[in-house]
Amino acid sequence: MLDIVVLGLNHKTAPVELRECLAFSKNESAAAMETLKKYPAIGEIVVISTCNRVEVLMTTANTPKAVDAVKTYISEVKNLPISQFEESFYIHEGDMAVQHIFRVASSLDSMIVGEPQILGQIKEAYAAATNKKTSGVILNRLMHKTFFVAKRVRTETGIGDHAVSISYAAIELGRKIFGSLEGKKVLLIGAGEMAELAVEHLIRNRIGSIYVANRTFKRGVELAKHFNGKAIRLEEIPDCLKVVDIIISSTGSPGFIIKRDQIKGVMPKRRNRPIFFIDIAVPRDIDPRINTVTNSYVYDIDDLKGIIDENIEERNQESLKGERIIEEAVITFWQWYESLDVIPTIVALRNKFDAIAENEITKTMQSLKHLSDNDCQAIYKMTNGLINKILHDPTLFLKSNGCQGDRSAYLDITRKLFKIDE
Amino acid sequence: MEIVIIITILLYVLSTAVYFAYLLFQKNYLHQTGFYLLAAGFLCHSAAIGYVFFKSGIVPVNNLHETFATAGWAIAGVFIIFKYKYNLKILGVYAAPLAAVVMLIASRLPVEPEHVKSVFNNIWLVFHAIMLLIGEASFAIACGVGIMYLVQEHAIKTKNHGFFFKRLPSLELLDTVGYASIVAGFTMLTIGLITGLVYAKTVWGRFWGWDPKEVWSVITWLLYAALLHERLAVGWRGRRTAIMAIVGFVVLLFTFFGVNILLQGHHTELIKF
Repeated sequence: MLDIVVLGLNHKTAPVELRECLAFSKNESAAAMETLKKYPAIGEIVVISTCNRVEVLMTTANTPKAVDAVKTYISEVKNLPISQFEESFYIHEGDMAVQHIFRVASSLDSMIVGEPQILGQIKEAYAAATNKKTSGVILNRLMHKTFFVAKRVRTETGIGDHAVSISYAAIELGRKIFGSLEGKKVLLIGAGEMAELAVEHLIRNRIGSIYVANRTFKRGVELAKHFNGKAIRLEEIPDCLKVVDIIISSTGSPGFIIKRDQIKGVMPKRRNRPIFFIDIAVPRDIDPRINTVTNSYVYDIDDLKGIIDENIEERNQESLKGERIIEEAVITFWQWYESLDVIPTIVALRNKFDAIAENEITKTMQSLKHLSDNDCQAIYKMTNGLINKILHDPTLFLKSNGCQGDRSAYLDITRKLFKIDE
Repeated sequence: MEIVIIITILLYVLSTAVYFAYLLFQKNYLHQTGFYLLAAGFLCHSAAIGYVFFKSGIVPVNNLHETFATAGWAIAGVFIIFKYKYNLKILGVYAAPLAAVVMLIASRLPVEPEHVKSVFNNIWLVFHAIMLLIGEASFAIACGVGIMYLVQEHAIKTKNHGFFFKRLPSLELLDTVGYASIVAGFTMLTIGLITGLVYAKTVWGRFWGWDPKEVWSVITWLLYAALLHERLAVGWRGRRTAIMAIVGFVVLLFTFFGVNILLQGHHTELIKF
């Protein structure tokens, strides 16, 4: 009987330097699948490689040999002695392998629990495997089940809720203040990766006009062009405060750029429409006392980090529910997998035929009451003989090596053909 | 008729329970169930009131018991309209128990024998009572939304996102719904007061009698008028509107109960509100 094996490393077992060295590009993993599939010890294979993990999922009749083959292959392709990475590798076999792959796809094993990319990456890896025809009955079924489980975990638990990045946390807050962000005007003061990322997220939420203020006007114009906005000079900020709803600030200024009195003065002109400051700068740009002005809200980088920590904690809580869903799924998958063994299938097939015969004989006998006991015995005997003859060839075929290596496929078909799984 | 009212109360109470479950577990089917239960209760209730109206031609607002029961009906009705218009799901957590409690209080109050005087059989009076009750129900909703606004604003300002932060909607939506319910309430209150004046004219031959109830009603009216004026003139919104909605409702409750208990006037003589 084949075994399911996962061999791999992830962010918990290997430092980033090693993961960089071992990561497979799309072409590399396709090539790896194709080459490894030809090894006699390896049945089906899917290679998953992301920036946080390299996983080789395979079926094998000889686990140690298959594991060695994969390790040697990686060592050759990546030009790295096995001893350098061997310790970072983990091996899961059987139902533990199934559980592992379910957990990875459901993002319970991710660096940030609940991040949604991993499922897409696994789908891509599987698509490449089907393309190269390196996956078969078992891994096909396993991968489909994996996608199903991952989706279930995402919809039935809250692991994907609540922002865990600064820019998403800021946007979530904006939604709690403004409802929809559609048409809201944004002022970006200064520049910086995080601030620009936040603006990009905002644009995806269909905000209105964008103003960009920068110490060097030229840089401001460039950024404004990038965001399809309007560049303004720093002196124009006070005027701008009358119209904008969201201010993202990220300058290197040592003092506050916007002070409380300024906002107090501008609120009547805004007709008290709410204003939301996102202060990503260190030291801070926005006077924190602005938060005490009615209808204005200030969040600095620490506040946002605080929210994120809370959210991560909440996701971890939710992941416990995910584990339960996965445990269930592992059990059902494993039941199916074990049924692919030859003997249980033959027994089940035989039972099914016996049951049918039994049923039919009982029916027939009811209208043949005049038959003697001997006659009845003869009918029983004949039925039995029929079943034996009918099942003789299929049984031999399933038991023999006639179905070259891919016995599980024939077993699966047999079970489907005769509907034995119900 | 008794049985219909009991079913109504039962439905309101059930809806309350389901809405509380929604508050805890945040499952969509819960607030839907809560809403349907409340709507079913409202239909039963409407049937009961309609039955009385067609049988005897009076609106049941002749004593405290009936007024309470009709107020519960108005709260449920106004909530259904606002829920439908703004899809503010969490509002049910406030409106359903409010309707249920008002109905439970009503059921404990003595049902006095009907002694319909001719003064009650007047179209102006029917209008007066119904409009005021709907207006008051709107203000009750405004008060609830105001409380939600303050809770949510507190969570955002203090950066301490607790139990309610994710359960309550955005400040903007709360502000909009609060404003809309005050506008609706104010309109109804105005119509109710005018019809009251006309009714007074037809019965007592004068518009205005310096009755305490009348005086306090006008004070309430002025309070809400001031709130709306500030909103339109200088853009009062958010926190201040929310606080005013709560204060306004407290004053309204005083006008509703306090005046009858503490002060004497023709509304109390007639055991009527």
